[in-house]
Amino acid sequence: MLNFIPEIPVADWINTAVEKMKNTFEFIFDPIKDDFGEFVETTAEWLSQVPALIVILIVALIAFFVSGKKFGLVTFSIIGLWFVYNQGLWEELMYTFTLVLFASIISIIIGIPAGIWMSKSKWAQAIITPILDFMQTMPAFVYLIPAVVFFGIGMVPGIFASVVFATPPVVRFTNLGIRQVSNELVEAADAFGTTGSQKLFKVELPMARKTIMAGVNQTVMLALSMVVIASMIGAPGLGDKVLTALQRSQEGPGFVAGFGIVILAIIIDRVSQNLNKG
Amino acid sequence: MSVISVKNLSKIFGKKTKEALSLLDEGYKKEEILEKTGCTVGVNRATFEVEEGEVFVIMGLSGSGKSTLVRLLNRLIDPTEGDVEVSGENLARVGKETLRKVRREKMSMVFQKFGLFPFRTVLENTEFGLEIQGINKEERAEKAKEALELVGLGSFIHQYPDQLSGGMQQRVGLARALANDPEVLLMDEAFSALDPLIRKDMQDELLDLQQKMKKTIIFITHDLDEALRIGDRIALMKDGSIVQIGTPEEILVNPANDYVERFVEDVDRSKVLTASHIMKRPETVDIEKHGPRVALERIREQGLSSIYVVDRSRQLKGYVTADDVKQARDNGEKGLHSILRTDMPTVGLEAPIHEIFEIIHDAPVPVAVVEDGKMKGIIVRGAVIAALANGNGVTEDA
Repeated sequence: MLNFIPEIPVADWINTAVEKMKNTFEFIFDPIKDDFGEFVETTAEWLSQVPALIVILIVALIAFFVSGKKFGLVTFSIIGLWFVYNQGLWEELMYTFTLVLFASIISIIIGIPAGIWMSKSKWAQAIITPILDFMQTMPAFVYLIPAVVFFGIGMVPGIFASVVFATPPVVRFTNLGIRQVSNELVEAADAFGTTGSQKLFKVELPMARKTIMAGVNQTVMLALSMVVIASMIGAPGLGDKVLTALQRSQEGPGFVAGFGIVILAIIIDRVSQNLNKG
Repeated sequence: MSVISVKNLSKIFGKKTKEALSLLDEGYKKEEILEKTGCTVGVNRATFEVEEGEVFVIMGLSGSGKSTLVRLLNRLIDPTEGDVEVSGENLARVGKETLRKVRREKMSMVFQKFGLFPFRTVLENTEFGLEIQGINKEERAEKAKEALELVGLGSFIHQYPDQLSGGMQQRVGLARALANDPEVLLMDEAFSALDPLIRKDMQDELLDLQQKMKKTIIFITHDLDEALRIGDRIALMKDGSIVQIGTPEEILVNPANDYVERFVEDVDRSKVLTASHIMKRPETVDIEKHGPRVALERIREQGLSSIYVVDRSRQLKGYVTADDVKQARDNGEKGLHSILRTDMPTVGLEAPIHEIFEIIHDAPVPVAVVEDGKMKGIIVRGAVIAALANGNGVTEDA
């Protein structure tokens, strides 16, 4: 009774669409894959060659100043990072950090303007909101497939999948932050004869800063949560260690690599939250 | 010369604005139009002119459309119909560029909840309008400091708004509006968020400032006391329409309809009636012409115990008592200089009755009403009490 229409070939359509996109945008995808990929690799390699002690000291200093000269976060950073080094996962940590860094930066560069656009236009809001819902609810593994088609394997497709997964919060929070600016302040800006961009940069963005930063924090955390999944398409780092441990059923090394991710997550989270308070 | 001229200005909120407007023409009421079209009448055919240097108060209860009306003046809300002319420019019709220019240079606004930017210091807040105009840093800091000096906040320039009290925050709001040196100041319930004492101070201060600046001020309020205190003219609004425009006196003495009358009944008359309403013509002697004999004769004639002394140009010099004058006459003195007393109570023409009441209580002689040192009249205790008792102290010849 339900078979009055034969199976709709949606999967085929998507296959064709992805194939078509790959062919049409090859001229963009290929340079990204090669040049940007090389840049990311070089950055990660360079970071892992900096002596661990120096990195730990720099992180400790940053933690000291952003946490208002308190020692809690500093102590945690030093012990945590030393632990990762001690477990022989330093290079993996640097690769993971690089992946998160690039994914976050790209997400923010795309997300904040999208959020601003959304806050200014009813139409943009109506179009972007369902896209964000889709991006956030679609299982993250699914993004890996087109990522591989477009960018092969390695760090670049990992960053691509992370960006898709991590961008929505910063878009939503930017939109929310700007829409929450009190009507009276918007009126005050208008009453003094601001242009659209003066209002945005001198009133709305400063007022929305804390909300936007909360979105940035969420975005960074989501990017970090993608590192294990990204390792399935060959992104190196701590996630890769977790994946290997899973495949070989080695709970010890699996947990140790997992701890490394947790330590990185806590440091990034606390530092960015404290930045927001200042 | 009128700076602002508003003609037939209407604002309908909703979708079927045309239909609502034609229903208004047919004389339907606000509620009926809401029922028929789903549109809310914000402002209904407002027409008025505001003169240069005038404090024009628009008052009404909440929902009367006064806040909408003031926003139509600088087009924070777009009018549905009608014209707003500000120094020759019809703001209801101009393009964005001109509108921005007018907002930057000719009109500033002060907001009920101050509308200060919390991430900017007092100085930076005050500079905002100038910054928007693209004026360089030194010049705008200088102008902003001047404006802050004017409102008495010269030493708070590096504080943030949340470090200041409500009254001080609104001073910043006022300074920010003044820094642009606008022709027109729009004040939307500017003092309504302040507690009563601070509010009164701010009203006084605004009046003081207005003495110096002579700006054209449109002041929105829901408080008739406030309207009467600061308004040169008052427009009363109800359901989006202006029901009466007049001076405070006209509104009090000849309320245009029941609505206005109900408002007026609530007013504490002692705050409205002033010295000029209850004073009477003074009996005086001229210190340059008259001696003890004349003084004594006038005192006897009037049945007083003392008399005020002025000079030829009616400058108040002091008073003499009946006993002193008798003594001086007996001693054969020619002038009044030696017995002149100067501890008389004086008030200005605008002093409210309750203030006079406090003074007159302990005064040995009637209160002298003076303006620029000139004797204008005297007030006896009975007149104050009568005025307070039944509000009948208003006399036309005052």
